[in-house]
Amino acid sequence: MLEYLWAFLVGGAICAVGQILIDYTKLTPARILTGFVVTGVLLSALGLYKPLIDFAGGGATVPLTGFGHLLAEGIRKAVDEKGWLGIFSGGLTASSAGITAAMLFGLAASAIFKPKDK
Amino acid sequence: MKITPELYKDMTEQSAPSSKSYVNIPLAFLIGGGICLLGEVLLNLFEYFGMEAETAGSWTSVILVFLSALFTGLGWYEKIAKHAGAGTLVPITGFANGVTSSAIEACTEGWILGVGSKIFTIAGPVILYGTAASVIYGIFLQIFKCFS
Repeated sequence: MLEYLWAFLVGGAICAVGQILIDYTKLTPARILTGFVVTGVLLSALGLYKPLIDFAGGGATVPLTGFGHLLAEGIRKAVDEKGWLGIFSGGLTASSAGITAAMLFGLAASAIFKPKDK
Repeated sequence: MKITPELYKDMTEQSAPSSKSYVNIPLAFLIGGGICLLGEVLLNLFEYFGMEAETAGSWTSVILVFLSALFTGLGWYEKIAKHAGAGTLVPITGFANGVTSSAIEACTEGWILGVGSKIFTIAGPVILYGTAASVIYGIFLQIFKCFS
């Protein structure tokens, strides 16, 4: 049961960092999302993100920093196996499921749902 | 009644929705943590059915993205996001929400230059700079590999 508690606490803490950035800086949501992904790549490259995932599971993989980790991890494996080509193929291969799902379900939603008046 | 700048400031603060940090940050923590908890439940469920960790992770992303797209289409995600702030922005569901809502907004502008291009309004920068950062990391790895 403890793993669920840590997933909640660590995931919540990562989101709280995002909220602090929204409240105390002028960063727009798009900049925050981009920043979290790049930070995830950086933390993963430094070897700091994998231990966090081992500890918090979904608390570390569900936030967008986890998406960045996925990109870095994919590159690491691909460079190991394919060398220079891996630099080009590794990142998007590892993150393809999430990206394709977002495009596909986004497209489907735009066909089904109408924009709301604001 | 004469309205001084101070009084005006008080009035706008009263009528504007509360966006105080001591409310926002705990709400972001609770709702963001809740979404991550749901992710952890899905991860364990998929692993329970015999999937490897990596496969379970991919399926968890796909399910969360699906739920986010559905909630966005129904207009529910915005309602939660109004209170949750970064709690609904930072998880992968926030990424999916950005993709889906820009696609829905653009559907009056046609399928090619409307939906087709605007679906990447949020996804574009995230994927571009995430990929660019990982490529830089890959170059470092490859160079170290050549020398070791």
